[in-house]
Amino acid sequence: MKHLLTIRNLEIEARADEQWKPIVRNITLTLDRGEVLGLIGESGAGKSTIGLAAMGYTRTGCRIAGGSVLFNGTELTTASKEERRKLRGAHIAYMAQSAAAAFNPAHRLIHQFAEAPVQHGLSDFPRARDKAVALYERLFLPEPGKIGYRYPHEVSGGQLQRAMVAMSMACDPDIIIFDEPTTALDVTTQIEVLTAIREVTRQGNAGAIYITHDLAVVAQLADRIMVLRYGELIEEGNARELLADPKQEYTRELLSSRIIGKPQTQSEDKCYTVLEAENISAGYTKDVTVLDNISFQIERGKTVAVVGESGSGKTTVARVLTGLLPPSDGKIIFNGKEISPALKHRDRESLRRLQMIYQMPDVALNPRHKVRKILGRPLSFYFGTDAKARERRILELLEMIELGPEYMGRYPSELSGGEKQRICIARALAARPDVIICDEVTSALDQLVARGILKLLRELQKELGVSYLFITHDLATVKAVADEIIVMLQGKIVERGPKEDILETPGHEYTELLLSSVPETDPDWLDRLLKGRGAKIHKMHEIS
Amino acid sequence: MNNISSMIAKRMGLGFATIIVISVLIFLGVEALPGDLAEAILGQQATPETVEAFRKELKLDLPPHVRYFSWLGDFLRGDFGNSLANGRPITGLIGWRLSNTLFLAASTAVVAVPLAILLGMLAALYRDTWFDRLVSVSTLSAVSLPEFFVAYVLIAVLSVRLGLFPSISSISDEMSLGEKIHGIMLPCLTLTLVSLAHIMRMTRATIINVLNSPFIEMARLKGIRQSRIIIRHAFPNALSPIINVVVLNLAYLVVGVVVVEVVFVYPGLGQLLVDSVSKRDIPVVQASGLIFACTYVFLNLLADVLAIIANPRLRSET
Amino acid sequence: MTFLRLLKKSPFSARVGLGMILLNIFAAVFAPYIAPHAETEIVGDVWMTSGEDHVLGTDHLGRDMFTRLIYGARNTITIAMLITLISFTVGIILGFLAAVLGGWADQVFSRVVDIMMAFPTLIFALMVLSVLGTSVPVLIVVIALLDSTRVYRISRALAMDIEVMEFVEAARLRGEGIWWIITQEILPNAMPPLIAEFGLRFCFVFLFISALSFLGLGIQPPTADWGGMVRENSGAITFGILTPLWPAAAIAFLTIGVNLMADWFLQRSGRIRQEQE
Repeated sequence: MKHLLTIRNLEIEARADEQWKPIVRNITLTLDRGEVLGLIGESGAGKSTIGLAAMGYTRTGCRIAGGSVLFNGTELTTASKEERRKLRGAHIAYMAQSAAAAFNPAHRLIHQFAEAPVQHGLSDFPRARDKAVALYERLFLPEPGKIGYRYPHEVSGGQLQRAMVAMSMACDPDIIIFDEPTTALDVTTQIEVLTAIREVTRQGNAGAIYITHDLAVVAQLADRIMVLRYGELIEEGNARELLADPKQEYTRELLSSRIIGKPQTQSEDKCYTVLEAENISAGYTKDVTVLDNISFQIERGKTVAVVGESGSGKTTVARVLTGLLPPSDGKIIFNGKEISPALKHRDRESLRRLQMIYQMPDVALNPRHKVRKILGRPLSFYFGTDAKARERRILELLEMIELGPEYMGRYPSELSGGEKQRICIARALAARPDVIICDEVTSALDQLVARGILKLLRELQKELGVSYLFITHDLATVKAVADEIIVMLQGKIVERGPKEDILETPGHEYTELLLSSVPETDPDWLDRLLKGRGAKIHKMHEIS
Repeated sequence: MNNISSMIAKRMGLGFATIIVISVLIFLGVEALPGDLAEAILGQQATPETVEAFRKELKLDLPPHVRYFSWLGDFLRGDFGNSLANGRPITGLIGWRLSNTLFLAASTAVVAVPLAILLGMLAALYRDTWFDRLVSVSTLSAVSLPEFFVAYVLIAVLSVRLGLFPSISSISDEMSLGEKIHGIMLPCLTLTLVSLAHIMRMTRATIINVLNSPFIEMARLKGIRQSRIIIRHAFPNALSPIINVVVLNLAYLVVGVVVVEVVFVYPGLGQLLVDSVSKRDIPVVQASGLIFACTYVFLNLLADVLAIIANPRLRSET
Repeated sequence: MTFLRLLKKSPFSARVGLGMILLNIFAAVFAPYIAPHAETEIVGDVWMTSGEDHVLGTDHLGRDMFTRLIYGARNTITIAMLITLISFTVGIILGFLAAVLGGWADQVFSRVVDIMMAFPTLIFALMVLSVLGTSVPVLIVVIALLDSTRVYRISRALAMDIEVMEFVEAARLRGEGIWWIITQEILPNAMPPLIAEFGLRFCFVFLFISALSFLGLGIQPPTADWGGMVRENSGAITFGILTPLWPAAAIAFLTIGVNLMADWFLQRSGRIRQEQE
């Protein structure tokens, strides 16, 4: 049988340091009408590059070095520029990760929608406009008749992403490439976009390639899944079979990295409150309150997770505790003593006891300092440690984070993402703190690396009895590490309690919405969820 | 719209405040002169009586703020006082020269701006080709050249060797427009060469920056023709920064004429300013300095306002 | 030694630029040993053309042009260097302080700089010189202060970019003082673009004092200075004698060299920043 798209032995190279290096190796795939193919892998797997190559397109600095891309009888690798241009948009459409960047800021949404059909001579503007309105309505965009006349900067992120789904459908293409279309979104918004994408892939007989790093997301959409790593195929198969019974070790690891069992917490410990926030309110300007009367405690050796979506104020909690943003009201009590709200009035001792680890290890380490200086500075700063003792302690710290002594002389640019985050952890530990604030510490990392970091943090907690305040939007992380959960919405705590209670019997409807929105690897999850929510879908829009 | 007009109003207010502060500075600068103007002009042999009389004539006996406001008031009415060097009213001296300077700057702009934008865009479109490299190296060299070097090379070749244009650009009111243009050919060419490079480099960088944005990639992936991508997608987004560059370079032109005017002995405001500085004819320096400053501030303001209007992100539905 | 390794990877244009700069520095440092005559010695007729005795001919007073050019390198480069150094010291210190302290310090510095930059530099300099008179110290201080406004803008912007990075926040949370944050966290990261900027500002200053001297308001004769030499000999051009072109070409030669180097540095620091993102 003839396939809609056949890619055979595809080789792609990228130019780095004045020479061509392979980034995609020997990839063969096929796609039929009505089929959704999931491409999954971590960063550097080459999945986006393959997606773009399916359109006969490579980014600047890349080239197709070998193989063939055959679409509906046209060989894209040898086709003329003009032939390829005529296919793009009309027969093969692309949907980018960030609609905010991919929409032209100078034109209204509907004109950008109509551009491809009109330019390819498939339609005229009035017909394209009617089609846009119909699609906007199908994708649950508010005011479908009017929203198209807005500029991209006047529409929210989730809506813009759905408008882009609509745009990719403008010419009724044969193939749509979805390139990480929900990665930048909150979980509740992600559901809207996923639903929209499923809406357009289920109906009609187009084929789709869905690119993502998230197995649970791809499970909801794909009929077939290809697992990629370092530009090579690891495993391929029917979605359900592959998820149920992965053949390769790497796929198994990817699957299992979503679940990390938490060991039983030692309940025999006497409860001792290290940090207490009492009725904290804060805002960046006088009129806007970002945090509204927040109270919570952190106990020694325990992990409290603050969960919420963007705009919930969870990062502000960290800024208030560290003193970067003095609260307008309320008290911070550390080890039974109230500490000054502003950073500059705190003494060195209370600074030492509260440390922080950041989301982006790339910018959390000074690129001009070697590891020796990064870890040595807190030692001499807080403890006045002399050079010899410092060297010993740095070695100890490196050992704690499972890195060898050779790392001492390295610059951050010579480390991988996971290693950098480990150095950040060691820097925090160097101060021998009581509490470490972990601000989205795993969200910039690949899944397997993230799992390693979480494991390490947990072991260190057991060993050193340090407490964590985990700020995250990722409920999988919460499940893995938390003892206690605080759920935040629009600057308020909507629910708070021990992990088991919150996860099993959520008491607030937002918590329920949040929990149920986290994708599961079960391919029927989205169907069940939508059936369950049914009429509630509009209510969902209102809350989030 | 409201948003844009309030932003523009704010910029204009700032521009106005800047001019006021500059006028105060210019005024105070002269106040800070050791001794005072009267002594400086009359020299040490003058008797105290003559100095005193001269002070009265210059109104130096009044308190500073009174003098400032009367100076500013006169300035706004177009009365700049009298030159110390020859006692003639400055207004007459400046008016004609200012129009000459603006004529030279405007003629240059008419040639340089379209040419620079065109070449800059071509260099961006044919990035990393021999054309682009040639443009890069030659513009980089051109911005490094002193204006008088370019000017004297042009004189040596076009005037002395080939005898095409006069090396001294004297113009008068009796000359026809054609004669005037022939007269200012060399200074105009000099300024064009110097400002061309600046605008070209910036235009090229701006266009390349826009062409690298994700929405251009998106347009390519929608199968849009290259010509349409440039006109519909890249140009509206590059417009704002390019306008900014152009107007800022016009501001540079107005000031850059000073050296060129001196080389070609062109009767412009710059020439007058330089002469007056060496003669220490303070009132003339004050007046022409303030005019230069106002023009410069005005053009900067214009750049800001046009950039705001041309920025698509500030446009809204209503 | 890292510089030598860097140089090996540098493009042809940067090496040419370096060569041009080194030639100038050599002339400036060893002026008395290379120059065939003394700085102000009259050795022949007015505006003699190039010949065996006088490689580049003589000037309007009959002094040896080649000698004057070499001494001019010494005088003009030294003064331009001094000005750029002062301007960078002042500009960087104030710019970094404004970025790190924020608040009123930033407001005050920035508004003053706004006003000074709203004023065209050449006009400002001319007005100040008309009041204070032209002497080398006045020239140095006035131009350095005027130019430091540009350095202020750039170093403030650079520091602001670096300041929002989390490693600076981490240092603040540790309790580090301003001195550590500026010298250890911000400065090393701002260095590559600042070095490129130094080259560009040096060119600007060099062209600027040359222009002032050319207008007769800069370095005063009989000190040999390239801009002034163009002015003194400008009359020769109408007779078809190329004497004023030599010092003008010398100015162009040096600034092109510095620009070529700076351009390479700028590209390098741009690339480094991209890699970090």
